[in-house]
Amino acid sequence: MGLLALFRRTPSSASVAKERLRIIVAQERSARGGPDYLPLLRRELLQVIHKYVNVDPEAVQINLGQDEGHEVLELSVALPEKNRA
Amino acid sequence: MAEIIVVTSGKGGVGKTTTSASVACGLARRGKRVVVIDFDIGLRNLDLIMGCERRVVYDFVNVIQGDCTLRQALIKDKRLETLHVLAASQTRDKDALTAEGVKRVLDELIADGFDYILCDSPAGIEKGAHLAMYYADRAVVVVNPEVSSVRDSDRILGLLASKTQRAEQGNGGVKEHLLLTRYNPRRVASGEMMSVDDVKEILGLDVIGVVPESPDVLAASNAGVPVIFNDDSDASRAYDDAVARLLGESLPLRFLEEPKRGFFARIFGG
Ligand SMILES: Nc1ncnc2c1ncn2[C@@H]1O[C@H](COP(=O)(O)OP(=O)(O)OP(=O)(O)O)[C@@H](O)[C@H]1O
Ligand SMILES: [Mg+2]
Repeated sequence: MGLLALFRRTPSSASVAKERLRIIVAQERSARGGPDYLPLLRRELLQVIHKYVNVDPEAVQINLGQDEGHEVLELSVALPEKNRA
Repeated sequence: MAEIIVVTSGKGGVGKTTTSASVACGLARRGKRVVVIDFDIGLRNLDLIMGCERRVVYDFVNVIQGDCTLRQALIKDKRLETLHVLAASQTRDKDALTAEGVKRVLDELIADGFDYILCDSPAGIEKGAHLAMYYADRAVVVVNPEVSSVRDSDRILGLLASKTQRAEQGNGGVKEHLLLTRYNPRRVASGEMMSVDDVKEILGLDVIGVVPESPDVLAASNAGVPVIFNDDSDASRAYDDAVARLLGESLPLRFLEEPKRGFFARIFGG
């Protein structure tokens, strides 16, 4: 534990709940009304990524959005600490 | 013209029936002609909360199946002249409720001149919940400040926006309101429970009422007298405010903070 952690207040349990909900609700909303293959795509992408890096399912975010009238599939993968350059 | 309001939530046990009963009484107390329908087929409960369980002769499914007339099945409330209850059937046959049958009953109630038709939805997202919301003009989404309840409410909001007659017809959709209940201001203040603003922000919906966690709710269900009749209760005042807001009044939210405690209590806790 770093010295800074001593001064940093641990987030309250309510704010942890809020943050978790913010993420899952956004994810579920973007999947809603979207193509049915999204959950399967997510699973298969995870498998592929897993061949190269050992990431947690949580680190992979797939969102369906809109950009200037186009549907955009956004994929973001947070790489684990040791794999960073 | 009657307005059909569904009281729904996704998650079970969050306070839909408690809310349906008190809101129905609140509307009737303001002179509206109200009928409240229990859509929880197989698990009849609204009659107990309303205190009319011994007067149930015919139920919702009996009307749909033509075993009796609607008039025979409507139970007139003993306290409020303009309030009626339609009990759920205790049949285990989930298919007893049909879209066509529900529509016929609702149309007859509308023709009868009711002002409000409240639909107390069962938990879940199956047929009963679907039919309870399908014909609604408005929805009161009941939510507890707790992760699974909030997430389930969002799923229900998705269904309201897609699997209802209003959504399908594309004429503005169902008007949605959030009702937070079992709210504990002390736990919100200490950071253990999400606040109204947190829930509002996540779901992005207007809040029609915040009902505090209250022992009066259990006492009310024990007695079969909806909590809104308990004039000494904050839960009653909160429900009455929600009813006023449903009718278009704009009132500030109350009971968001715990009652002020004395000096010593604050210093020494407890
Ligand atoms: N504001 C409140 N304070 C304390 N207890 C409450 C409050 N609201 C509801 N309850 C309690 O929560 C329980 C569930 O309430 P209720 O039956 O209204 O929920 P429901 O959503 O209709 O449940 P179901 O999904 O099974 O139909 C009951 O025991 C009730 O007394
Ligand atoms: Mg219920």
